[in-house]
Order: sequence, then structure tokens, then C-alpha cells
Amino acid sequence: MGTIALNGGLEKTAFFYQSVVGKKVVMAVTGCVLCLFVLGHMLGNLQIYQGPEKLNRYAEFLQGLGAGLWAVRLVLLACVGLHILSAYQLWRLKLSARPTPYLKKSYVATSYAARTMIWSGPIVLAFIIYHLLHFTTGQAHPDFRRGDVYHNVIAGFSNPAASLFYIAANILLAIHLYHGAWSMFQSVGINHPRYTPWLKRLAKAYAWVIGIGNVSIPLAVLTGVVK
Amino acid sequence: MKIILNIWRQKNASSPGRMVRYELDNVNEHMSFLEMLDVLNEELTRKGEDPVAFEHDCREGICGCCGFMINGIPHGPERGTTVCQLHMRHFQDGDELWLEPFRAKAFPIIKDLMVDRSAFDRIISAGGYISINTGSAPEANSIPVKKQCADRAMDAAACIGCGACVAACPNASASLFVSAKIAHLGLLPQGEPERDRRALRMVLKMTEEGFGYCTNTGECEAICPKGVKIENIAMMHRDFTRAVALFREEAKVGGTG
Repeated sequence: MGTIALNGGLEKTAFFYQSVVGKKVVMAVTGCVLCLFVLGHMLGNLQIYQGPEKLNRYAEFLQGLGAGLWAVRLVLLACVGLHILSAYQLWRLKLSARPTPYLKKSYVATSYAARTMIWSGPIVLAFIIYHLLHFTTGQAHPDFRRGDVYHNVIAGFSNPAASLFYIAANILLAIHLYHGAWSMFQSVGINHPRYTPWLKRLAKAYAWVIGIGNVSIPLAVLTGVVK
Repeated sequence: MKIILNIWRQKNASSPGRMVRYELDNVNEHMSFLEMLDVLNEELTRKGEDPVAFEHDCREGICGCCGFMINGIPHGPERGTTVCQLHMRHFQDGDELWLEPFRAKAFPIIKDLMVDRSAFDRIISAGGYISINTGSAPEANSIPVKKQCADRAMDAAACIGCGACVAACPNASASLFVSAKIAHLGLLPQGEPERDRRALRMVLKMTEEGFGYCTNTGECEAICPKGVKIENIAMMHRDFTRAVALFREEAKVGGTG
């Protein structure tokens, strides 16, 4: 192997991305952006407990951002795209790296969440598509009223099948975060004996908060707590 | 004690393998796992059968030659030990054990429980060294080293290159092995001048050899017979990222004063 020559930014980026380390860094950085979005999204949605006016005003405020809203949407879309692309390529690599599976394999340290990232990811993606058609564009909603978010949520979640899918998908999202929210620090090289145990605890707490917060909404509608 | 063994038998890299069942009646609890296999092999040889091939050398847990899967865990159920230092007293009378070779595309099977780990040697050749001529021992205090760095470098240097990390990893990643060398040398002043180049070349070679990627499951750290930590993997990711970002060509003219 000769000397490595990297001329210019494009060549550097390609070299970085082609390596197993580069793909994981891309996965971590995009994951971090999505992690923060999920928190903001949940906090916004929890305003449903403050009544229709509050929630609808919040939706109006978001719509009023105009170009700003689209900028955020494009960044999120780019992050989702890169997150999926790197995940897909790494998954293919995983399959080729161990062509013959073990007849017997035990795990000593690997968590359920870590082992199922590749499954929780695509299911959450399918959920996001449904979620957008359900509450953002309305095609998958039985009685969609543009601008009346509160009504859309109540009407949408009154269908137990839709609610159950939301609950299941959000549990999977929480499981995905349970591993991902710590893993992203390790992937970008943040690991210190003093802080890592706390980061792991923080990631687990984060996953629980997101999971409980998001699941509570369809549950509250189904049980009639929110009407 | 009685031990039932299901051992992966495979003639060579190209022929298919299968599990073969063996029963051993007189296993001494003070035997090491490899000594038990020696007993089995003597018996097989007496019967005119092909003995089970497994790699071993020092049998003191420091050379990195031995290693295979016992019930799905590299080096078996005890933590912090190689299979040569694993004693039969850790098993129960009548236990049934499954022995498989380490499985990874980059570790082709040679025979039975033996795999070819020369991919590790090629990764080391790519950058796991310092370009300083060895000579007589230097004055001990001529290069000061921070205590914490010396400790971490020593812990990383404990890696014996057995490949258990690759075998345990759900993705067959060699990250723990590669990062141990990157951390061991990169933390010391002697290794600092080639730190960027080392990270670039070793990570590139690791990717080329067909190893998987790290999903931070911590499985490697848990089963490593030498307790090498995944903190080193974080350092590898950091070093590689920085090396790419700050990459600079070596001057073709000049630099000679």
C-alpha cells in the first residue's frame, strides 16, 4: 500500500465516507440531529394536554415560519436520507463480513436494542411515512381538517388500530434511542471513564422520556382522558 | 467428569464442515480446555481418526494463538481468560459443549477450529508500528511520558491479537484490535509523529480486509481476554476523523532546510 493522497475536499469526503469509521460518524451526526428533533417534536405535541387552542396556536406558529419551516424540513430530510443510506450500506457490509453464521451464539454484553437497530429503524421509517400522511398531509386521515390539529389528533387516534400502530412504533423508536442516543457519542469519539457512564444513563433516561411522552398521547385519546 | 463435545469438523477452507459429537468420560477438572482436547486427539489418533485441529502455542494466555467459540462465546464462559487458561473445573459433570471456529470473512477457516488471522498482520503492517530504528536501550528518562498516558497505552498494548473481538462482534468488526494498536502507539510520544498516518492507513486496511463496522454493542470489550476497552475505539474514530480533516500533503520540494 502506497502513501495516501487526498487532494481537495471532495476526495477527502469520499475517502472518509468509504471507510467503516466515516459511515458511522455520518450515522452518529445525523442521528444526533434527529434525536434533538424527536425531543422538540414531543415537547410541541405534549401541548395537547393544554387544550385545543394552545395546540392549534402552536401549529399556526410553525406554519407561519414559512421558509424557515422548509429549511428545517430539508435539513431533517437530508439527515433521514443520510442516516438510512449509511445504515443500509453498513448492514450490507455486516452481511458480507460474516457470510457463515454461527450455529450457536451467545451475547454477553449486547443489549436487545443494539441488536435490533436494523429492524427498529425501517419500522420507524414506515411509521414516519404513515404519520406524515396521517397528520401532516391528511391522505391517510378519515376526517382531516387543515389547521385544526387538535381535532385531527382526537379523530385520528379514536381509531384503535391507528393508535396501536402509533404506540408500537413509538416503543420501537424508544428502543432505537435507547442504544442510539449513547452510541452516537462513542461513534464521534467521545468516551471518557468519567462521563461515559453518565452519558449512558442520560441516553436511557432520554429513551424512556421520549417513549412515555409519545405513547401517552394516543393512550390518552383512547382512554378518553383527552377529548 | 464426563463432557460431551460437539466440534466443528472441516477438512479445509473449500470443503463444507459439520458438527461431530464426541463423548469424553475421564476428564480431570484440573485440565485446561486444550489439555482436554489433547486427550480427545490422542484417543482419535489411536482409533486412526483425524485429530481435531486447533491453534495453540504458549498455553499461558499471552501469545494469542488459541481461541475458538465455546457455546457461542469466544474463549468460553469465563471472563478475562484465553481458552488455554480455561480449566475444566469451571464446567459441570455431564455438560454438553459446542465448539466452533471464529467466524468472519476476513478469518478463513484453515481446518476444524483453526482460522487464518493473517488479516491482522496485514493491518499491523499498514501502520501499527513506529518508524524508529531500534538500538541499545535509551536512557529511561530522556522522553517524559504522562502517567495516565503510559497506563492507557499499556492497557491497550495488552492486546494479544487473538481475534476474539472479531468473533464476538455481531458485525465481525476488527475495531477493538485496530483501535488497541492505534491507542497504544498514539498515546505515547514515540508514536505521536505518525499518529495521523497510522489512523488513516490502519482504518483503510481494516475496511479493505472485509471486516465489519462497530455498532458500539460492547460485546468485544466484555469477552476480551485482556480486558481491552472500547474507549480505544472512540479514540480511533477521533484520530481517523481528525486525520482526514487536517490531512496535508508531504512537501515534494523543500523541507530540507
